[in-house]
Amino acid sequence: MSEQYELNKNLAQMLKGGVIMDVSNPEQAKIAEEAGACAVMALERIPADIRAAGGVSRMSDPKMIKGIQAAVSIPVMAKVRIGHFVEAQILEAINIDYIDESEVLSPADDLHHIDKTKFRAPFVCGAKDLGEALRRIAEGASMIRTKGEPGTGDVVQAVRHMRKIQGEIRALTALSDDELFEAAKRLASPLDLVKFVAKNGKLPVVNFAAGGVATPADAALMMQLGAEGVFVGSGIFKSGNPAKRAAAIVKAVTNFEDAALIAALSEDLGEAMVGINEQEIALLMAERGK
Amino acid sequence: MQGAFIEHERMLSSLDTQSFEIRKASDFTNKMDGLILPGGESTVIGKLLRELELMEPIRKAILGGLPVMGTCAGMILLAKNVIGGEAHLACMDITAERNAYGRQLASFSTEAEFGGVGKIPMVFIRAPYVVKAAADVEVLAEVDGKIIAARQKNMLVCAFHPELTKDTSVHSFFLSTCNG
Repeated sequence: MSEQYELNKNLAQMLKGGVIMDVSNPEQAKIAEEAGACAVMALERIPADIRAAGGVSRMSDPKMIKGIQAAVSIPVMAKVRIGHFVEAQILEAINIDYIDESEVLSPADDLHHIDKTKFRAPFVCGAKDLGEALRRIAEGASMIRTKGEPGTGDVVQAVRHMRKIQGEIRALTALSDDELFEAAKRLASPLDLVKFVAKNGKLPVVNFAAGGVATPADAALMMQLGAEGVFVGSGIFKSGNPAKRAAAIVKAVTNFEDAALIAALSEDLGEAMVGINEQEIALLMAERGK
Repeated sequence: MQGAFIEHERMLSSLDTQSFEIRKASDFTNKMDGLILPGGESTVIGKLLRELELMEPIRKAILGGLPVMGTCAGMILLAKNVIGGEAHLACMDITAERNAYGRQLASFSTEAEFGGVGKIPMVFIRAPYVVKAAADVEVLAEVDGKIIAARQKNMLVCAFHPELTKDTSVHSFFLSTCNG
């Protein structure tokens, strides 16, 4: 593996125990940084608005991303469409800290993800099961997140994906060496990565939760289920008091097992995003890119 | 609190040293021989230190002589002066510049001499460096003319991440300065 890939995995390690927040302008980015975000995701429209507006959703305007880079001192991430390697080249050219090859945007390629090994910039990718996670890592992702269902404020899919990934990891650790070949075939994943997971009981990269996290309790739930950190998208800036909610989620992630503290944090947060239940959604973004 | 604390814990246990995590004020009342401030985002850790009421107890303990090692963000937390951000614990007479090398694409790894230890691997992730140090600050390592590790009394700081390599010498060096 290249030295840059190791450095990219290392940056994800530094983000652990933290909250990465979606922001769409420098003002929101500053609110997020002051609230304790460990990184921000710059995008023109947060997932809830993308969902509401419909239509094709693309990489954000580089100028807007640069404005956010200038506004905050923490790492800045931005999204590209699945398979759109030129959007990724553009983000690398503007010195982005992390690229999210994301199902939130409209996919540009319905078969192939980006060959992320060709880039120096780090990539994070979504996964809803272990096979997807390992295929993305094989393509060069240096960080994984659950897909969840973005822009819904409904945590059920993030929970499902995290439980699935963790359950499949635990199942692998119980297999004998000669059973791992069949497991790799079943997971449609490279054998060396399957062997790594079986031996270590974890992914070779950091794994965050994402998609539908709206409250401090949601964030702590994902951490107790094994997430190493949390992405919060629409949940913050679609709520009544973004700064307060953002700060409460940050503290809930740090002390995710302290129920008394999370109870105190959950008081008087104002209106949470209204959200939509998974049965009410017309478009399942998590089904994009497998 | 936030950042790469598991990596430090693994490093310490490989050196037969027990450790525990400090996430809130009540954790800090346990007995300890030394404290590690890990890598992560100093804005996040600083804010959590303040709001979880850990800033003052930790500052007092450090000024009272508790051995402390700060790596990367930990260096920023300990510095009295910070360029590109605010000071937090402000215990050590150094001026540190945040993200001094630039964004992630400027992150790098190298090998360099570390005072009293020898040549060791060093990983720099959006790293800071020391711009200015008081006379009684001992410089332990430099890369390209920049101070990237230093010591003053009970405080040890590195801009790089000793917890990310397999080399245990910086942790051993720190442990040798702790009591018990």
